[in-house]
Amino acid sequence: MTVEPRSDAFVAFEHVQKSYDGISLVVKDLNLAIGKGEFLTMLGPSGSGKTTCLMMLAGFETATHGEIRLDGRPINQVPPHKRGIGMVFQNYALFPHMTVGENLSFPLEVRGMQKPERETKVKRALDMVQMGAFINRRPAQLSGGQQQRIALARALVFDPKLVLMDEPLGALDKQLREHMQFEIKHLHESLGITVVYVTHDQGEALTMSDRVAVFNDGKIQQLAPPADLYERPENSFVAQFIGENNKLQGTVEEMGANKCIVRLDSGELIDATPVNVTGKGAKTLVSIRPERVEFKPEMMPPGAHTIDAEVMEFIYMGDLFRTRLKVAGSEEFVIKSRNTAGQRMLKPGEKIKIGWAPQDARALDPM
Amino acid sequence: MTDTTSGLTTSDGRPLKAALLAAQSKARRRAFLLVAPLLLFVILTFILPIAYMLQRSFENDGFSDSAPQLAAWFAEHPDGSEITEGAYAALVADLATMQANKTPGQAGTRINYTVPGTISLFKAAARKAEDLTPPYKEALIALDADWAAPKLWAAMRSASTSYSADFYRVAIDQKRGEAGDWARGAERERIYIYLFVKTFILSAIITLSCLLLAFPIAHLLATLPMAKSSLLMILVLLPFWTSLLVRTTSWIVLLQQQGVVNNILVALGLIGDDGRLVMINNQTGTIVAMTHVLLPFMVLPLYSVMKTIPPSYARAARSLGATSWTTFRRVYLPQTLPGIAAGSLLVFILAVGYYITPALVGGADGQLISNMISFHMNKSNWSLAAALAAILLVAILILYWLYDRLVGIDRLKFG
Ligand SMILES: Nc1ncnc2c1ncn2[C@@H]1O[C@H](COP(=O)(O)OP(=O)(O)OP(=O)(O)O)[C@@H](O)[C@H]1O
Ligand SMILES: [Mg+2]
Repeated sequence: MTVEPRSDAFVAFEHVQKSYDGISLVVKDLNLAIGKGEFLTMLGPSGSGKTTCLMMLAGFETATHGEIRLDGRPINQVPPHKRGIGMVFQNYALFPHMTVGENLSFPLEVRGMQKPERETKVKRALDMVQMGAFINRRPAQLSGGQQQRIALARALVFDPKLVLMDEPLGALDKQLREHMQFEIKHLHESLGITVVYVTHDQGEALTMSDRVAVFNDGKIQQLAPPADLYERPENSFVAQFIGENNKLQGTVEEMGANKCIVRLDSGELIDATPVNVTGKGAKTLVSIRPERVEFKPEMMPPGAHTIDAEVMEFIYMGDLFRTRLKVAGSEEFVIKSRNTAGQRMLKPGEKIKIGWAPQDARALDPM
Repeated sequence: MTDTTSGLTTSDGRPLKAALLAAQSKARRRAFLLVAPLLLFVILTFILPIAYMLQRSFENDGFSDSAPQLAAWFAEHPDGSEITEGAYAALVADLATMQANKTPGQAGTRINYTVPGTISLFKAAARKAEDLTPPYKEALIALDADWAAPKLWAAMRSASTSYSADFYRVAIDQKRGEAGDWARGAERERIYIYLFVKTFILSAIITLSCLLLAFPIAHLLATLPMAKSSLLMILVLLPFWTSLLVRTTSWIVLLQQQGVVNNILVALGLIGDDGRLVMINNQTGTIVAMTHVLLPFMVLPLYSVMKTIPPSYARAARSLGATSWTTFRRVYLPQTLPGIAAGSLLVFILAVGYYITPALVGGADGQLISNMISFHMNKSNWSLAAALAAILLVAILILYWLYDRLVGIDRLKFG
């Protein structure tokens, strides 16, 4: 799915294609418009072309076809050092032979800035990431999280309008990562910069971004705010990739405007919202989030189709109950229920009926 | 907190330090046994020969052994005493013994180090020693007036003990004057210091040209994809695997005046047919051929350092606004310094001691100090060869020390 680039976009990819070997396309017809001050995340499995897109934007790879514009200006021919884009690398790429202060003053020096001005800027950038005390250390004398902050400060010290980050938190442990996510988000908001962020981690993408571009196979599968992405995936790839998801294979039996009825391969009928199906008789994959499945009849919308299920496993997770069911021949169907007062704990072997509101089941393209 | 570190004990009451030492000593013995064969090998083939060489540079008993009576006379009469009939008598007696033991050549050789032309003097006098009659002073001088020369007597006094610093004096171009005292030799006789200086300058030039050639190759090697870089690496290592003579012959074919390079230059009209360049059997030949031979020693350390520099540093620098030249100068080059340092040190030290290549393609003015050392070894002038080698060794050690002070040996990276 693509969004037509807006003419006022701060960063615009227009019909960008990229091939490294002349045989296969790594990026296929990319159209993407990023607004000023936006935090856009590129999310996708390994090898889907995220880094390649970032490198084309930074100027380290050339687009095989198409145009990339920055602030309305085509930048295909502009060398990387004239683009004025800040960049944070996965391994930080702090210069090992320079101190933290020298690392930060490097971009200012190459811009010909005078020493007093440099010093104030370096100090300000270090204070911004709470690393003022480390100005004379070498990168090797810093912990991973500290190096990360310095890399961030270095990418911001010369006041770039656009900052690119390629899996900047990939090497950190979970706790530090969550803390840094918060800090990056905070910096983004306080500085008003535009950020293009690349990650593998969907949690990271969902918590930090204004919009997420889900990449697969060199194409943007969906470009949407995090909530839309989770609740209204537009195709099976996105539904599978983001969050936990139950899938049921079937054929469209009846097609309405907002509702369709799908006959599963095992014969049962279920309700769904047509999203990505052509019409009656089309093969489809219905996707339902585990927390939207109901097993108590009083909670289901009137007239909803229900199907039989058998409890295979019940897992007590504290705030949640996670129950694995056998549904339509598959044992991988999962439901999640909140641990509210009076919530039922299902027992393995129990036979129940499950159902859902049609808008919670999305009939998508078959995989 | 109380200071308990010194008094810590194990649970059964032994001091912790002693327990730790005992636990480690077995591991240490094992480690020593593992390196013992190498240690023995190094001592036998490296340390002992060098020690022996150093000893030879001070010791020579060629004269003191075969002239015991004269040595006794010198011992009784301190330096500066008049050379009396007694000294001549002792000398004649010693010459007679030498003739009987067939050692006049050996004794003459020792004196010859400091006073050239004495071997024949000794041989001739020893042959007639039996027939000489007192007074011996007049008799010997009648045989050859040189026997009265003060510098000969000074040389004999110095050689009458087996240890002396004579060879070092000769090795720094000093010479006995007519009165027997040491002085700088005449201009055209000063060869060793000039050769030392030339050796160091040529080695520096060779090191520099190796560095200039190796830097781009090493960079290419470090950045090319594996398959291509392996091929290139083989090409770089080819000089290692080629016979020295084949290599040298090809340099001669290329560089001689009727050779390939000259022919091409003439064909291109860059030089006239009468202006063919002399590039072999002179210093140019030495520089070209040694640069070729030593290039791998520069490429390998550089390559091993460059390989560890991720491309993201250069990208980071570029994204921060640096031009490619600034990126190279401020970011890439400083990170290759350990490799440059290691390669340069390696090549320089190898070049200073190199001898085969200059001997083959250096001609007269492309010879280095090692060629002079080898020349004296071939002439059995062991002591002088040893003194020259010892000076070279000390010079290199001083360089190494300076280098450690300036660069830091721990920053070297050989591979
Ligand atoms: N320099 C290159 N030369 C040839 N092919 C490349 C090059 N860089 C990337 N590729 C290929 O392009 C495709 C996309 O790579 P890219 O690095 O953009 O993926 P990614 O989405 O960033 O993956 P990851 O999440 O693992 O970082 C991959 O199939 C990769 O093999
Ligand atoms: Mg990547």
